[in-house]
Amino acid sequence: MERRTLPGRLTWQRGEVVATEQETARAKSITLALPTWMGHRAGQHVDVRLTAEDGYQAERSYSIASPPEEQPRVTLTVERLDDGEVSPYLTDELRIGDKLELRGPIGGYFVWEARLGGPLLLVAGGSGIVPLMAMLRHRAAVGSTIPTRLLYSSRSYADIIYREELEHLDEADQMLEVVQTLTRVQPPGWTGYHRRIDTDMLREVAWPSDQHPLMYICGPTPFVETAAASLVTLGHEPARIKTERFGPTGEA
Amino acid sequence: MENKLDGNAAAGMLQAIFPFEMTLVQVTCAGCGTTNLLGATAAYMHGMGTIVRCPVCDTALIRVAQVKGRYFLDMRGVGVLQISAEA
Repeated sequence: MERRTLPGRLTWQRGEVVATEQETARAKSITLALPTWMGHRAGQHVDVRLTAEDGYQAERSYSIASPPEEQPRVTLTVERLDDGEVSPYLTDELRIGDKLELRGPIGGYFVWEARLGGPLLLVAGGSGIVPLMAMLRHRAAVGSTIPTRLLYSSRSYADIIYREELEHLDEADQMLEVVQTLTRVQPPGWTGYHRRIDTDMLREVAWPSDQHPLMYICGPTPFVETAAASLVTLGHEPARIKTERFGPTGEA
Repeated sequence: MENKLDGNAAAGMLQAIFPFEMTLVQVTCAGCGTTNLLGATAAYMHGMGTIVRCPVCDTALIRVAQVKGRYFLDMRGVGVLQISAEA
């Protein structure tokens, strides 16, 4: 057996925080330099482990936001959960120069790379945008012209993660269309959708089923289940719909 | 607090035990006999550990916990586990 083709058991590695960026009031991007990083694919995630002075450990999964092309730097975008054990430390306490322990990359299921083709439909709810952003950044980094649509649901304009970068990508790329919906509050003059994602919205935004798009949905569990069921209702093949449920884990 | 996620979220701990890409492992449920990718199963994670359940019949396929440097792995809900040695 060709041992080197195997990913091998995952072990913990330490990275140094080299940059941080506040994306929204609750979401922060953390860029790590990882000397022993083996490379990743867009859509994969890592487990982060914090160890308290008394030895107590807590682990959480976070999606990678950066494309493979930026390795050995890896950027995670973390949403602060007020009652979380791990995210408030990452968003509020962690500083440039600090070390962070993680293992990864994890996941070969919810991944997209340009050679898989398209057309591509990405559906994001809240911080579910993070692994899909890695796909869009990868697509841009390799100059792919695969027709791509992103449908992104946020609560308000201020909650849109990567808002300026998405606007820029949308304007610069004829083959990419970014469609936003704001479910709670809309700014004056908002021309996007202003409701939760539903079958009618997906009928308007998703590719016709006879174009056999590749579909990736990431968000909270009810969001993902609603979007996936709607796409199946619209005649899309379940096997081409990949989902990742996103949400708080562990003891609150 | 317990939250329903999917098998992707459980893959990190499983991949610390098995040297394979675990989200693409095919798992046949001992309860209903259906076969699913581990990444497409349901995972419930809480402080005691993680339970991976069949997305069709909810049978507990895999229960895994790490306690004091030891993994506890209960796989009685798995009929067959198919692992690609190449991916």
